[in-house]
Amino acid sequence: MASLQRVFGKNAAYLLIGPAAIWLALFFLFPMLSLLTTSLSDPAGNPITGYDLTWRIQNYLEALGDYWPYLLRSLLYAGIATVLCLVLGYVLAYAIAFKAGRWKTVMLVLVIAPFFTSFLVRTLSWKLILADNGWLVETLKALWILPEDGRLLATPIAVVAGLTYNFLPFMILPLYTSLEKIDPKLNEAAADLYASPFQRFAKVIWPLSLPGVVGGTLLTFIPATGDYINAELLGSPNTQMVGNKIQALFTTASDYPHASALSVILMVMIVAMVLYYVRKAGTEDLL
Amino acid sequence: MSPAEQAHGDLKLSGLHKRYPNGFTAVKSLDLVIPQGSFFALLGPSGCGKTTTLRMVAGLETPTAGTIEIGANDITHEKPYKRPVNTVFQNYALFPHLTIAENVEFGPKRRGVKDTRSQVKEILELTELTEQAAKKPAQLSGGQQQRVALARALINRPEVLLLDEPLGALDLKLRRAMQMELKRIQEEVGLTFVHVTHDQEEAMTMADTVAVMNEGRIEQLGTPYDLYTNPRTTFVANFLGRSNLVKGTVLGREGSGDDEVVKVDMHGTVVSIKAGRVHTDSSEGWIGIRPEKVLIQPAGTPVDAPGGYFAGAVVTEASYMGTSTEYRLRMPWGQELICFEQNTGRRGGLVPVGTQVDVSWRPEFAFLLDSSQDAEAGLEED
Repeated sequence: MASLQRVFGKNAAYLLIGPAAIWLALFFLFPMLSLLTTSLSDPAGNPITGYDLTWRIQNYLEALGDYWPYLLRSLLYAGIATVLCLVLGYVLAYAIAFKAGRWKTVMLVLVIAPFFTSFLVRTLSWKLILADNGWLVETLKALWILPEDGRLLATPIAVVAGLTYNFLPFMILPLYTSLEKIDPKLNEAAADLYASPFQRFAKVIWPLSLPGVVGGTLLTFIPATGDYINAELLGSPNTQMVGNKIQALFTTASDYPHASALSVILMVMIVAMVLYYVRKAGTEDLL
Repeated sequence: MSPAEQAHGDLKLSGLHKRYPNGFTAVKSLDLVIPQGSFFALLGPSGCGKTTTLRMVAGLETPTAGTIEIGANDITHEKPYKRPVNTVFQNYALFPHLTIAENVEFGPKRRGVKDTRSQVKEILELTELTEQAAKKPAQLSGGQQQRVALARALINRPEVLLLDEPLGALDLKLRRAMQMELKRIQEEVGLTFVHVTHDQEEAMTMADTVAVMNEGRIEQLGTPYDLYTNPRTTFVANFLGRSNLVKGTVLGREGSGDDEVVKVDMHGTVVSIKAGRVHTDSSEGWIGIRPEKVLIQPAGTPVDAPGGYFAGAVVTEASYMGTSTEYRLRMPWGQELICFEQNTGRRGGLVPVGTQVDVSWRPEFAFLLDSSQDAEAGLEED
């Protein structure tokens, strides 16, 4: 700190915080305020002439009353996808951290590799994979797993599968970071102290990987709840999530006040759930 | 426990062999019996196989061949968590997310002990950790963490307690204190301790029996006193303390029984070495003598030792170390010998460099080693 002061002068801290603070004020704080005021404005206006701020709390009640199934569906799909990501991601992260040996780096690169292509293109390609005449559906039908008129595309399964696929790397990376930090000697020590393989996992590895579990689930669950691309491309009108509704209210219906109110509701819900979850997991240090 | 049962609790390694997949053989057909209740040290330089041996006993490595038995139980292929063996790891491997008390009760809990409170209390008292019970390992000093590692293992009352360089991470002063502490605890609980270390002083002060290991084999096994005073190989002679090794030609044997000696010609002077201290059959050998057994006296004054002496040595170096002085002596045949002399004050000063001295030692302190062995073996390279 002392050396920083020598370089930047007395107000080093302010100078260093400055650029990011200005950026956040312009592109986060201001839009947030705009969102809040719009959510309390009279829906009688339109985007071109603007809305009058009339502190109309009813916007929230109406948004909640009309669109609660979308909120519920979002939480459900994102929840299932997060659990799937955790199970799949944990196994892989564990293998990379402890069993990969010299293949560690290669495997990590492979985990990140999907980011080299566009999110949209990757989701569109899932459309082909899950298509009604695609090889996957045909195979499942041949194996009697899917009924003759069954399909995958435009079902909740497709949306959850898409979410799981798209957010898996965000789960794996924090899990890997946490697991990799665990000294393998601790596993040996637990074995030496009469812990069976399952007990070693439950009493030593799992608790020590909790920061990664919390980090990974937050990085998966939060964006997955607000996601609309997967539901849009892989789902049907019956599988629409809250993101789709907000998007439709903004763009098609031009109902900015209700769209804003729904956005704020989603935001408050997620923040409340995150706080509860982090406290429950005993990892407040992360925040 | 009755004496008969105790006799059945020895740790027995038979033909224990470990070859790693990369072709490195860490342990070569090791045979070893460690009596129950003893404090046993495996001493050797890094890479000598001592830690691998320990890990095989703990079940953390699988032997390529051989068996490990405790008493009548063959545990060679037993899972580590089913062995009556506990380990104090080199860097302690304490569970960072658990308190000291939780770390200590980890073993009993896994074995299904319901109420561990009295056990934990007792062991924390023994290791003087009662005050730290609710703290996390990161809040403790190195010495305290070391004691937690010990308590966590001891609470299980294992048949054998394995200690893998347990004091390696501590500073010198703390290490000395912990050596006494460990010895006290071992005597108090009476369990078999197998202590792996590369520190010869640590092994000698703590253990009843020391096995000196080198390149996967045991070079010599015995009490610290036996090992130091009567080493069988040049490696032991150099690794455990220091030795002067002088080439000599064996002339023959004289006497019989306890008085039997081997006469050796050492650069023109005949020296006698007790038969029990001769460890070679060949016609040549290394005559060994410990530096503190070497006596010097300025030429012309009588030497305080029976028998002959070597004349014509010159002091080339004198390092004063307070309680003692280390002299380097150039012998007439060109070799340098080391002499440690206690500063009793008898001389009234140091012997100055350049002084002509007579060199002698009591014949019963010399030993004879095989000339085919490397005279430099076991010297620490630094």
